Amino acid sequence: MYIYDNYDQRIVDERVAQFKDQTERYLAGELTEEQFLPLRLQNGLYVQRYAPMLRVAVPYGLLSSKQVRKLAHIARTYDKGYAHISTRTNLQFNWPELKDVPDILAELATVQMHAIQTSGNCIRNTTTDQFAGVTPNELVDPRPYCEIIRQWSTFHPEFAFLPRKFKIAVNSHLTDDRAATMLHDIGIKIVKNDSGELGFAVYVGGGLGRTPIVASLVKEFLPEKDLLTYLDAVLRVYNLNGRRDNKYKARIKILVKALGVEAFAEKVDAEWQHLKDGPGTLTQEEIDRIKGHFTAPDYEQLDKDSEVLSQQLAENKAFSNWYQRNVSEHKVDGYAIVTLTLKKLGTPPGDITDKQLDAVADLAERYSFSEVRNTHEQNIVLADVKQDQLFDLWQEAKTAGFATPNLGLLTDMICCPGGDFCALANAKSIPVAEALQAKFDDLDYLHDLGEIDLNISGCMNACGHHHIGHIGVLGVDKKGEEFYQVSLGGDSGPDATIGKILGPSFAREQMPEVIGKVLDIYVDQRIEGERFIDTYRRAGHAIFKERVYAKSN
Amino acid sequence: MQNLINQTTVLENTWQIVSDYEDDLPQGNILVDAQYWLENKDTLATRKGVSLILSGDTDLESLSADLSGFEVIAVNFPAFADGRGYSLARLLKERYGFQGEIRAIGDVLLDQLYFMKRCGFDTFLLKDGLEAEKALKFFDTFSDPYQLAYDIQTPLFRRKA
Repeated sequence: MYIYDNYDQRIVDERVAQFKDQTERYLAGELTEEQFLPLRLQNGLYVQRYAPMLRVAVPYGLLSSKQVRKLAHIARTYDKGYAHISTRTNLQFNWPELKDVPDILAELATVQMHAIQTSGNCIRNTTTDQFAGVTPNELVDPRPYCEIIRQWSTFHPEFAFLPRKFKIAVNSHLTDDRAATMLHDIGIKIVKNDSGELGFAVYVGGGLGRTPIVASLVKEFLPEKDLLTYLDAVLRVYNLNGRRDNKYKARIKILVKALGVEAFAEKVDAEWQHLKDGPGTLTQEEIDRIKGHFTAPDYEQLDKDSEVLSQQLAENKAFSNWYQRNVSEHKVDGYAIVTLTLKKLGTPPGDITDKQLDAVADLAERYSFSEVRNTHEQNIVLADVKQDQLFDLWQEAKTAGFATPNLGLLTDMICCPGGDFCALANAKSIPVAEALQAKFDDLDYLHDLGEIDLNISGCMNACGHHHIGHIGVLGVDKKGEEFYQVSLGGDSGPDATIGKILGPSFAREQMPEVIGKVLDIYVDQRIEGERFIDTYRRAGHAIFKERVYAKSN
Repeated sequence: MQNLINQTTVLENTWQIVSDYEDDLPQGNILVDAQYWLENKDTLATRKGVSLILSGDTDLESLSADLSGFEVIAVNFPAFADGRGYSLARLLKERYGFQGEIRAIGDVLLDQLYFMKRCGFDTFLLKDGLEAEKALKFFDTFSDPYQLAYDIQTPLFRRKA
């Protein structure tokens, strides 16, 4: 993983000093609430329903075990003993005191961490595939490009006050897209051109929120060295032309729609002509330097398939279930990728206690070269586990509470903190998730249903990605009462699709029954081996709508 | 009272911002809206000490022929969170080759001075009530930034090499 040099460390240290001064001036009344607001936001600090919420940056989801231990320490010392993994792979503390935040940042800086630009109208954390660098069928490891973008975007002086927040994702997988790349302000797909040169297909204007849109292709092939000058051009066009009169129309997707994709692309190209080949052009030395931080760990030479594992799988059904769901193929023989799920019944999705964080660090050190990854589905990945050790790892993970074999299944939901914690929410989301987890707790049934993305957001801001869930649930406010709107057919993969609203919304207590009906229709309609999303696409929206709303006899 | 500073010292403000265009224009050095300039160029060109105020939606292309004649160009921040001025300043200096002084006016606060400096602003008319001495400490928040901008014209990765 990327290790700071003196320059990187100094920038983070100087940020700690800067934010300490800003907080002191605010507490002394020298900065007004309004003036302090964007400063604290750009440092990931929200003022929430009960206390400030501090969002710590986890660049492209990657953490060392040492960093995880520090996060556990912060959860224990400054919070109520737990943290929350966000859908931008960041980590949130829900209960810190404002006056303690400078100290927390100072602690984070000692392990090369910070909260820079995790909120506010600026360039946010760049995300990518949680299996980057270890998954088969990847063009190249996307993480060095994420790190290059991270450095470029950190305190970019021209783009600190954009019309609205700005999110970038990078995908390098040939067939899958685990980073919802097409639903970002900029989605970058790493590609090779006909001459075999590496570069990027650049998509702009995707996003969720009130106006969910899939991003449009604006540059078919951008040479590798031109990445940053082109990003500068896109951001400059947006900074100058994006709407600032209405926050709901301020994202770049609205500008792209208003100008039309072609006109937008031309404007960016015209701007880029001035920047192209200038000093912002990446050097091979820099690309190599960053890539040098993402080399393969010291893998052992192992057989492709472990006999020990085969035997353990044959002997233990529970282990086999977990293996089927939560273990993914690794590109190196004898290794596997493990996803530890944070979706246990009775726990809000993405929440993790200080003890669990320490346990994750322990497991990473013993089984996976001391590295950990957060996923945008709010789970945790150990990316380099020897197949022979999966059984031992599974037993330990079970004890720690994150071996629920439900990865990708209905109960592996994405859910925002919702009205229980968030000041923006129209409705609670966690109780809905819990009611669904409680109703659908039969693992055999869940396995029979197969892969279903169920995403829940407490409001239009769509932090729970409801638009791109195969089943999406959105909390809405109707005359002061909480209701829930269901949408079907969303998809975050390469064929990114925005879900379609089923019909009038439901009361919270109806939700388990409604989702139950949707699932019954699927089971009734599916052809052998068909996933929920495939059945939905084939059978059509109408049949779901008709049957869910049909009067019961 | 509003203090005018550059990166190192407090300055005397000799440029008056025109806000009322109904009456006769004041004597001395004046800053007028770019739109007003475009509409009254012929008359204004006969007098000395006239310069521009740009706002976020100013089209620099429409002014490109005139820019080199100005001693000072003011970029207005209607609200500190409106970041268009940063791009305008960079374009003025890096694209249009403006060599005069760029002045930040409007909602100019302390925590943005570092970014403004990086984008090519030379002088800063601080918001009413802000102390000049205090403000002077806000120009070197970060000692070695990642990106190139107007002040440092190569990115860190080229400087390190």
